[in-house]
Amino acid sequence: MHIVGKIIRGKYFDSVSLMLVARETLGLPGVKDAAAVMATDENKRILKSSGMEWPELAAAGDTDLALGIKADSEAEAVDALEKAEELLVKKKETATDGGAFQPRSLPGALNEHSDANLVLISIAGKYAADEAMQALRAGKHVMLFSDNIPLEDEIALKTYAAENGLLVMGPDCGTAIIGGIPLAFANVVRRGSIGMVAASGTGLQEVSSLIHNLGRGVSHAIGTGGRDIKKEVGGLTFLAALQALKEDPDTRVVALVSKTPAPEVLEKIGAAVRDLGKPVVAVFLGADVETVRASGAIPATTLEEAAHLAVALDQDADVEAARTSLHARATDLAKQAVELAATARQSGKYLRGLFCGGTFSQETVFLLQPLLKDIRSNVSEPLSNPDKSEGHTIVDLGGDEFTAGRPHPMIDYSLRNRRILDEARDPETAAILLDVVLGYGSNMTPGEELAPVIREVCEMDDPPVVVFHVCGTDDDPQARDRVIALLKEAGGVYAPSNASAVMMAGKIIERINREDA
Amino acid sequence: MSNLLSQPLKVINVGIESFGDGIRASGGQSVQVQWRPPAPISAQARDKIRAHADRITAANAEALDKLQQGKPVLKGMGVALDVIPGMKKELFLHAGPPITWDRMCGPMRGAMIGAVLYEGYADTPEVAEKQLADGKYGFAPCHEHSSVGPMAGVVSASMPVFIIENESFGNRAFCTQNEGLGKVLRYGAYSPDVIKRLKWMEQTLYPALKAAIELSGGIDLKSIIAQALHMGDEVHNRNRAGTSLFLRALVPSLVRAVEDRQVAAEVIEFINGNDHFFLNLSMPACKASLDAARGIEGSSMVVAMARNGTDFGIQLAGTGDVWFIGPALVPDALFFAGYSKDDANPDIGDSAITETGGLGGFAIAAAPAIVQFVGGSAGDALNYTLEMYEIAVGENEMYRIPALDFRGTPTGIDAVKVVEKGITPFIDTGVAHKNAGVGQVGAGVVSAPPEPFVKAVEGLAATLVEF
Repeated sequence: MHIVGKIIRGKYFDSVSLMLVARETLGLPGVKDAAAVMATDENKRILKSSGMEWPELAAAGDTDLALGIKADSEAEAVDALEKAEELLVKKKETATDGGAFQPRSLPGALNEHSDANLVLISIAGKYAADEAMQALRAGKHVMLFSDNIPLEDEIALKTYAAENGLLVMGPDCGTAIIGGIPLAFANVVRRGSIGMVAASGTGLQEVSSLIHNLGRGVSHAIGTGGRDIKKEVGGLTFLAALQALKEDPDTRVVALVSKTPAPEVLEKIGAAVRDLGKPVVAVFLGADVETVRASGAIPATTLEEAAHLAVALDQDADVEAARTSLHARATDLAKQAVELAATARQSGKYLRGLFCGGTFSQETVFLLQPLLKDIRSNVSEPLSNPDKSEGHTIVDLGGDEFTAGRPHPMIDYSLRNRRILDEARDPETAAILLDVVLGYGSNMTPGEELAPVIREVCEMDDPPVVVFHVCGTDDDPQARDRVIALLKEAGGVYAPSNASAVMMAGKIIERINREDA
Repeated sequence: MSNLLSQPLKVINVGIESFGDGIRASGGQSVQVQWRPPAPISAQARDKIRAHADRITAANAEALDKLQQGKPVLKGMGVALDVIPGMKKELFLHAGPPITWDRMCGPMRGAMIGAVLYEGYADTPEVAEKQLADGKYGFAPCHEHSSVGPMAGVVSASMPVFIIENESFGNRAFCTQNEGLGKVLRYGAYSPDVIKRLKWMEQTLYPALKAAIELSGGIDLKSIIAQALHMGDEVHNRNRAGTSLFLRALVPSLVRAVEDRQVAAEVIEFINGNDHFFLNLSMPACKASLDAARGIEGSSMVVAMARNGTDFGIQLAGTGDVWFIGPALVPDALFFAGYSKDDANPDIGDSAITETGGLGGFAIAAAPAIVQFVGGSAGDALNYTLEMYEIAVGENEMYRIPALDFRGTPTGIDAVKVVEKGITPFIDTGVAHKNAGVGQVGAGVVSAPPEPFVKAVEGLAATLVEF
């Protein structure tokens, strides 16, 4: 094995561009591993741990670009390195194409574009808080996609924002929709009169997409970042967002999506909900229904239910009727599960959930708990062996243990595709549960990349069942209807939401185990 | 806050570029920032700089004001020994920060050998080199003697120099006469024809120019530079317009002052044949203007940026005479036939004083004729100048760029902005062969290294205790 590397001083590229170059390089002849990263201490550690080291690497720093190739032969490694450099040059050229000057810094951009009203920040966490504070000081709202921002910085930013009538979405806010414009990882959702506040990214994507799929639309969907509802942050953004939606004439109904907020935060949210003067639906994953009801919101137990109830309210329809029709559909899904269980894999016992959406894995664990015993998951604490499932296992492949130095599984399917095949080869796997997340920022060809893997699984002798749901809309660049058709054709079992996919997969397993017993 | 929900969204996107695509595809506006990480400085310095941000801003405004007020005028000429403060017989001035013989690059050594031969201290290059290596002579930066020199920038005692006075503040700056391109002393060549040309410049060119300048009563360099920018010069790598304008201002007095028509013709022909003649006037014009901005406590404005072919050094208005040093980098250049980057010496010369004063690379948008140095399109040249506004204290009131609707050039480099934004100054430059005695091999551009700016900001932070 040959390793060659190169340091390019003072050249900076965003992390997604670098990952795409690494991925493209990885497909070249003889290349076993490829890295294109800024030479931060953390990235250098990752390179070292994957055996990618070369003499100049140690002296390189945060502002230097490191390119490393591991290949079968020296010549292949050198070729690949050259190609990687070419790809980067091409990226830079397309980025600056058209001749228009792009500001080199936030102050430069603020100078030339004083009419901007939102600064979207997705640079490395250690620089992001400084940029966010500069934006706030200039009177701009902030969406902070970056993560790894210290809690005290988050509090300082949000306190400053609250004092100055500004909104800080994030840190670690993956998605938002403001006035019909999708921000970061967001779906193409029609404009409407349902406003959203969400402390969970894929939760916001699921509810807003389902609202669209049910024929209604979203006024604004405001992300807060997952830590906002913790005691320390006190729901500063959540409360500011509720106030904004209260004042927004386009918003008639409000839907809230979150893990269970800290009690003192929930109390404040409750006060704001009761003061809102608009109907509010809330799904607080893991919270008991009575607590939610006490806060003044109409409780929903799943993301899907929240969407259905919000849509009913938006149509001035009966909420209970919406609940009833969802239950009726659940019964149909259960019937389908019984049929699938009848032809299920002989040796199969367990459910294996492989998720790229963090909220989906959380919702899955909560919904499965009443159905199945001994569920292993990295949702709340790390798995003892993250790469190998045991019993019922629900894996959030977007967890830090999987994403360090790699593209997110919503963008790069290679890790999950390998894992799907691993699970299918395990005779104890009875069902595999998947989420597919569409929208801007996500993988642009999910059907083409996932269908062959599902087909391979379904063509095995006595295969496990593959249940999937697609979070997104037909208007997304990937087109939900097309993706569903491709995956169904490959042999996957489609469910209209994560909750229904979980119920179906859970019922299949429950049924199998009952038959065994 | 409700204004976010009620107004059309216009996003500034700092980071992942594809996010901007989604925003635009949905009918929103997104401005991409070509962000890069800040240069790494100590946390202690960073905190102190932030705590004193207002003080620094005020000091920089004062420094820029001094620079803007500068009125450099070519007053006359003299011999280095007579007019340059602190000049001595066996002292050789050079470009860049201080350096010893053992660390001097090839072209610097070559120029030193040539200067020793020129002064007649030695008869052969071998003897000159031995004397230099033995420590027979003193070396000092031009900058420490109110002077600047292009490339190696070597000034010896009997060389004639221009005298530029900053009429607003009374301070002076000095620079030798430009020898032309190719095999010349400032690029490290020292062959007999090089020395012969220098002697002609001393014995024929100098007396004629001296008499003409004195008779003219002084030539206003600031106004020539302002006009040259409108005629396609940035007065560092292109000086064709400046040289022409200078000649136009000079000729009437030259013809009156020089009795021998043959001599007058030779002088006019020499200047006319050397497009870079004006460089040795634009440089001291900047030097005289910038020196007036020295000694302003708390200012992070750069007052000197200079390279000796080994090190790249800067000085700040707020840090006295201290040099902050980093490695000189090899420029990206277009090379003369037969040469390549392997032959190039790292960046050398005091000529980055033009960028320090808001000209040269900072004004490249004014010089479409030389865009082949920066990627080939006029748009590239505009973008380089636009980028430099990011690190400038302000915009020039006198030097303006037609292609930018007569916007003033980015002027006064703020070292704090350089560090915080990770953007280093962009410099136009000639390229010398790395070996002594060869001369120029190309011309191009180079970005300043970050290290001197990091050290300078840390140095400035250390002075902020007293406030």
